[in-house]
Amino acid sequence: MSALLESEITRERGLHLLAQMLRIRCFEDRCAELYSAGKIRGFLHLYNGEEAVAVGVMQSLQPADAIVGTYREHGHAIARGIGMRKLMAELFGKQAGCCRGRGGSMHIFDTATRFYGGNAIVGGCLPLAVGLGLAEKLQQRNGIAVCFFGEGAIAEGEFHESMNLAALWQVPVLFVCENNYYAMGTALERSEAQPSLLAKLSGYGVRAESVDGMDVFAVEARACDLTNFVRTTGVPAFMEARTYRLRAHSMYDPQLYRSKEEVKSWEQRGPLITLTRRLKDMRLMVEEDFLRLQQAANAEVDDAVQFAEQALPEPVEDLQRFVYAEGAP
Amino acid sequence: MTSEFRMPTLGPDMESGTLVAWQVKPGDTVKHGDIVAQVETDKGVIDVEIFAAGTVQKLLVEPGAHVPVGTVLAQLSGEEPTDVTSAVPERINEIEPARVAPAAALPTLPPAVQKRQKISPAARARAHALGIDISRVTGTGAGAVVTLEDINRLAVRSAPATARPSADQVHDMRRVIGKAMSRSKREIPHYYLSMDCCFSKARSWLEQHNSSASIEQRLLPSALLLKAVALAAHALPDFNGYYKDEAFVPSSDVHVGMAIAMRGGRLVAPAILNGDQKSLPAIMSELRDLATRVRAGHMRATELALSTITVTSLAEEGVGSLMPIIYPPQVAIVGFGSILEQPWVVGGAVCVAPVIAISLAADHRVTDGRAGARFLRHIHDALQAPEAL
Amino acid sequence: MNAAEPLARRITYRDALRDALREALLRDPNVFLMGEDIGRYGGCFAVTKGLLEEFGEARIRDAPLSESAFVGAGIGAALGGMRPIVEIMTVNFSLLALDQILNTAATLCHMSGGQCSVPLVIRMATGAGRQVGAQHSHSLEGWYSHIPGLRIVTPATIDDAAGMLKAALAYRDPVIMFEHMNLYNMQGELTAPAANVDIERAIVRRAGRDVSLITYGASLFKCLSAAEQLAASGVEAEVIDLRTLRPLDQQTVTESVQRTHRAIVVDEGWRSVGIAAEISARLMEHVFYELDAPVQRVCSVEVPVPYAKHMEEAALPQVAHIISAVEAMLAHDK
Repeated sequence: MSALLESEITRERGLHLLAQMLRIRCFEDRCAELYSAGKIRGFLHLYNGEEAVAVGVMQSLQPADAIVGTYREHGHAIARGIGMRKLMAELFGKQAGCCRGRGGSMHIFDTATRFYGGNAIVGGCLPLAVGLGLAEKLQQRNGIAVCFFGEGAIAEGEFHESMNLAALWQVPVLFVCENNYYAMGTALERSEAQPSLLAKLSGYGVRAESVDGMDVFAVEARACDLTNFVRTTGVPAFMEARTYRLRAHSMYDPQLYRSKEEVKSWEQRGPLITLTRRLKDMRLMVEEDFLRLQQAANAEVDDAVQFAEQALPEPVEDLQRFVYAEGAP
Repeated sequence: MTSEFRMPTLGPDMESGTLVAWQVKPGDTVKHGDIVAQVETDKGVIDVEIFAAGTVQKLLVEPGAHVPVGTVLAQLSGEEPTDVTSAVPERINEIEPARVAPAAALPTLPPAVQKRQKISPAARARAHALGIDISRVTGTGAGAVVTLEDINRLAVRSAPATARPSADQVHDMRRVIGKAMSRSKREIPHYYLSMDCCFSKARSWLEQHNSSASIEQRLLPSALLLKAVALAAHALPDFNGYYKDEAFVPSSDVHVGMAIAMRGGRLVAPAILNGDQKSLPAIMSELRDLATRVRAGHMRATELALSTITVTSLAEEGVGSLMPIIYPPQVAIVGFGSILEQPWVVGGAVCVAPVIAISLAADHRVTDGRAGARFLRHIHDALQAPEAL
Repeated sequence: MNAAEPLARRITYRDALRDALREALLRDPNVFLMGEDIGRYGGCFAVTKGLLEEFGEARIRDAPLSESAFVGAGIGAALGGMRPIVEIMTVNFSLLALDQILNTAATLCHMSGGQCSVPLVIRMATGAGRQVGAQHSHSLEGWYSHIPGLRIVTPATIDDAAGMLKAALAYRDPVIMFEHMNLYNMQGELTAPAANVDIERAIVRRAGRDVSLITYGASLFKCLSAAEQLAASGVEAEVIDLRTLRPLDQQTVTESVQRTHRAIVVDEGWRSVGIAAEISARLMEHVFYELDAPVQRVCSVEVPVPYAKHMEEAALPQVAHIISAVEAMLAHDK
């Protein structure tokens, strides 16, 4: 199955995907507000515009699969099933956060859902994914590793090393590159002599495909295809999702590197609008559905914020806990 | 219902921003997510969105103004503001000083293999320079560490290098002496008594003794005075010992320190050890020897450290009674003024007699005026029977 | 190698390491090795010779020249339940993996609030003395010891080469093991059962009363040699093998200096801002009043290690330097 037939799109499926994307959108918008008010601190990288990638890919994964990502990972965490309360509490720096408040926005970890971060170093997660895939292979388990990263990571040596190693050792990893065209403020053509990612990938002997990252159905279909491939063959694959970041790189970014018109034009092509328009055209949903789902998402976010506000910070006395693993060897 | 639109924080190190332009004016309706202003930061101009809905009532800050994060920029009326913007934000990242984790405790050390005095390197060096035997010194630093101050306090009673002290050394010494004296006055509740004593019997006895003695054997009044004090201290031990750790410990030995002020600001108080047991000639000989050695700067540590009571004298200066300052940790100091010809009453008639004023300053934590009077009486009486000294 | 085998046998440091690796591979199916040339080549220092033939390619994995990737993969595999032992050929190449070591391996446990631990062992050859030039002669144990979250061990003796790996595998923390390249050929007696080796304590290798020589790794033998020579002139030096640089065993060092009142730290790293400075600071904090002289450091001269033999010798700490330092320290007292 390489393309999703219209007959396979149902109202139920469509609204489910829309709901997931709305949950992420509402969460991220609320983060912007909270950050401006000083409740969330440090660095904040929001996922607006890219929701279809996280949501689409997660549909193809199983609980036993391992996931690593970047500092722009709220969307992936939500789509993977990490509760909003735990997430928001982490952003507020509270002990009830998934990492006891120690990680913050860029370091979300949740071993229960096999979500291994959250990484502030561009490219840093790629070797980890290779190792996680290797662990699946050596222990003869059925899981795969999935690695989300931006196209900026392709410039890092670790990308090259990891692709080579994964292909050489035949490790079950799906590399998902979210190509939003800007690595912070640098457009792809300004940093890559060969800006076509597929052309670059052809050198590694890895199956590589590109998909419209604004179309959640297309992402889901392609992801299912590729994860099946990785699962059954045990070798890595690469998926480029062409997408766009509707907000700035981080909160503190005046976006001098791209025009407002460009952003506006992409807003019209964003994943929420794209899906909504399609479902409406197919008469599978009406505006009330959207509002209802949006309200539900906001209510969930409200609850998470309240939870986070009331949660307690980790006691300072615990500062030196968990430098090493606890429990005597 | 009014809500406030404040200068947002847009970055971890943003503390203030400049409002460049408003995108709205009073009367405009805004909804959640609308861009209402442009703010200039270090990085450039950023479009700022509003997270509330309503009607703009009043713009409070003019374009061009540079304001801190959190400053109210505009007022709106309309919808209930969200909890976030109206509540006082909890500054979750502020470190409460009281809750900073304590430094890891030092591990418990096993007992030292050999008992060893703890002395700081600086104190050790100074003691070495002064010829002080540190094994006799009790330290006052934490854990009984001998500190530089401990050595300096002893140095107050010794003569440093043989040469005349330099201006710096004099300054240092004065400072150290000053410090010691201040501490004494601060910590010891002094009380003062004085008693005039007729010295004629003592003088007659001295003249008689000296007439048949060789030059080396001649006695001076100071020997008598010192012996008299030593005997009094022996008889009344509450004036002879050390006050430490809020308790007085009398000393079984009587070591009388002789305070000697010298040229150049030096102040020394070497002790005549066991003064109560020595004969007058022995005491005299020691006093002479002391004077020589003090001038030459050769003091022994024990002499400096072991006084249990001190005597100070301004015999040459024409002063009557003194109000001296006790040398801690001692509890008493006796002062002798000059021996002056004064009117005196004997047998109901006024005559002229040599009179010496004996002064006592004592620690009121240990003794009181009544005891002090007894002490002075003891000295007085001893001087009336010099042959018994 | 099981407990029933005779203990007192003569082997090389290299053999001891190999036996330890072999035993680990036999004991736990999740243990596997990764590194450059550890399989077909038998290991740059021949430590892993024969292991590929015995355990196969799945568990003895020759890695391409991609330090960052295979160290990161080691971390990922550890997260996924394996017990990888990664060999970085020498500490000099570890710099290419420094981001993974510091930003991932060392931080994950604390940063995730204790959810993730990284039970990864990294072995690295270290040190200088074979005229291999500046880029191949680093001693960076001190640098790595600066990082919370890591355990740093420096086996110097045959017993430690044999036993520290097993001890490291009992922990769920990242452990970096530094093997001085001059020790691989060293022969010695295996005296202690591997089960008894701990990686949190220093050991007094030679008791003395006049000065404490505090050291680690190959410098241990220079200190022992210096101690022997000093004994001939009546000076008894105590020699401490630190064995673990993170965490540092303060107690052993403190007790020693309480006995001797003099301390010299011998460290092949460069003098400034190194582990010797750390130990000196700690001695000041813990035994200041026991010291009869300031703590001295005998370290490498602050130059990139040169190739020419006489220059390299002059740059590194030698027995003669140690002896001079001791004598100068004792003379100062007079």
